[in-house]
Amino acid sequence: MRTVLSIGVDAIAYGMVLFVITIGLSLTMGLMRIVNLAHGAFAMVGGYVASYATRSLGLDYAAAIAIAVAATVVIAAPIERLLYRPIYGAKDALPQVLMTIGITFCVVGIANFVFGPTLKTIPLPPSLSQPVDLGFRSIAGHRLFVIAAGSAIALGLWLLIERTEFGIKLRAAVDDTAMAAALGVRTQTIYTLSFALAVALAAFGGVIGAEMLPVEPYYALRYMVTFLVVVSVGGAGSIWGALCACLLLGAIDTSARYLVPDLGEFFFYFAVLAIVCFFPRGLFGRAP
Amino acid sequence: MAWNGALPNIRAWPDAAGIGSIALTILAGYLVFPDDLALLARILATSLLVVSLDLLVGFCGIITLGQAALFGAGAYAAGIAAVRGLSEPFSLLAIGAAAGGLTGLVSGAIILRAHGLAQLVLSIAFAQLLAETANKASWLTGGSDGLSGIAPAPLFGEFRFDLLGRTGYLFSAAVLIAVLAVLRAIAGSPFGLLCRGIRADPVRVRAMGVSVYPALLKMYIISGIVAGVGGALSAITTQVVGLDSVGFDLSASALVMLVLGGAGSLYGALLGTVTFMLFQHFVSAENPFHWLTLVGVLLIAVVLIAPRGLAGAARTIASRLVARWHPQASR
Repeated sequence: MRTVLSIGVDAIAYGMVLFVITIGLSLTMGLMRIVNLAHGAFAMVGGYVASYATRSLGLDYAAAIAIAVAATVVIAAPIERLLYRPIYGAKDALPQVLMTIGITFCVVGIANFVFGPTLKTIPLPPSLSQPVDLGFRSIAGHRLFVIAAGSAIALGLWLLIERTEFGIKLRAAVDDTAMAAALGVRTQTIYTLSFALAVALAAFGGVIGAEMLPVEPYYALRYMVTFLVVVSVGGAGSIWGALCACLLLGAIDTSARYLVPDLGEFFFYFAVLAIVCFFPRGLFGRAP
Repeated sequence: MAWNGALPNIRAWPDAAGIGSIALTILAGYLVFPDDLALLARILATSLLVVSLDLLVGFCGIITLGQAALFGAGAYAAGIAAVRGLSEPFSLLAIGAAAGGLTGLVSGAIILRAHGLAQLVLSIAFAQLLAETANKASWLTGGSDGLSGIAPAPLFGEFRFDLLGRTGYLFSAAVLIAVLAVLRAIAGSPFGLLCRGIRADPVRVRAMGVSVYPALLKMYIISGIVAGVGGALSAITTQVVGLDSVGFDLSASALVMLVLGGAGSLYGALLGTVTFMLFQHFVSAENPFHWLTLVGVLLIAVVLIAPRGLAGAARTIASRLVARWHPQASR
């Protein structure tokens, strides 16, 4: 029972980290029809900046998160304008794959040139590093924080997309960009704003997930496949799809690591193969 | 059907010139850099991987980030056979080809069911699954230590695979040239043209009454055979097989080499492999992160400036020069 509970908490926390990082990727893929392999690079930039802010500047955790998110968005803005715009909506996915792999390589190379190729730790504040007593059992505070943050983001995004004018325009642009533009929606602005939102979420996820996905020199490449796989399983552009996929894959990965450590990532990729094979558009993806 | 006309001969001429000049270049490499034959042999084996990727990306428009699965299957099959006592080089090549072709059949059957992002993810997942299997089945593959102790028998019972790597290099060169000749013939055949047609417009090809899936699967098997031969060659010449030969890094690098050289002509794949691996050899030794940045900038530049790679850029420049000197000759 104890094992089940601790596996469960770890699995949900891991799934939530995946969700926070990849939901932005899922939305931009659904919206801009772009296969973006560079998303993990932005999470990595967030992690590097947060580590620098806490370790070298001595700031506290909350300030570090704010600075990391802001800095990543500022860094990503010119990249979006100069490099992503030419490949939005390309018919052939190959240029998108190449361009975004190229961006990832550059980010990894430059980040390690600037900050040095070492493991970057982000020290937790005492309030998060202590276990929280739930009465019948105590759980690591950081895990609870991650789960709460993930749930809040899921709810916030749902409200944003379903209940605001921006959300209406966003959905219109996702469904039919040309028609939305013809009706007066500034699709280019929508693109830029949602890209910035996606990058901000990636950076946030990179910082709060550093306990489970350590921020190391090859972070962007190591987790590139994981992030892409999660989005593909969930179905690009769907919040609930992404949430389900993250929790499902998080559960499979975490329980496989606990119960059959000898097989490593075998189960994870086997599940991915099976799911994508039978649901090529993802669990909740819509027909194009 | 019996009469083929003069067309195949006309088509064959530039191929003979192309393959001849490649053979000369390889021979020049042997004479000019006799001390670096191990590196050059590795370039030749990797060329086969990139050429096999070109068959899928350049000819069929299939995007895969899991091509190392086919290469690694060939390498491990040949390596395991060699460790278990079968050491004749041509048999090892045949085993590598069979393993690559079989892996191509299985992975192609899965990957071709999907399109776009799902296709990409399936190709990655399949390769990762294979890599994880190779990692965990250490009783068979040596796991993360790699498979060592591969000792191929002398070629034709005469030429030993020595430390200098002369036999390995010339053997690799001969295999590469033979494979290229066969592939150029396939590329110019009705089947090759059909694949190009599928790449350009699958809906129209289907409307013409052709089943797309079997044709693509056939190309996937051919690609698997070529990659498997490349893997077996690398096992024979380097005499070790490591997990990197099935890894994601190799799949991604192969795609980078291909687009750097230019997809769709097979020659571009060779150009890209040689350029990439020579640069890697010198820059990566200095600082691996500068190397990553450089490759990243190159990739971005290829997409923005030269979508058809080095080979395409060279062709464009050549045709502009021709147009300048012979305005009538240009179209």
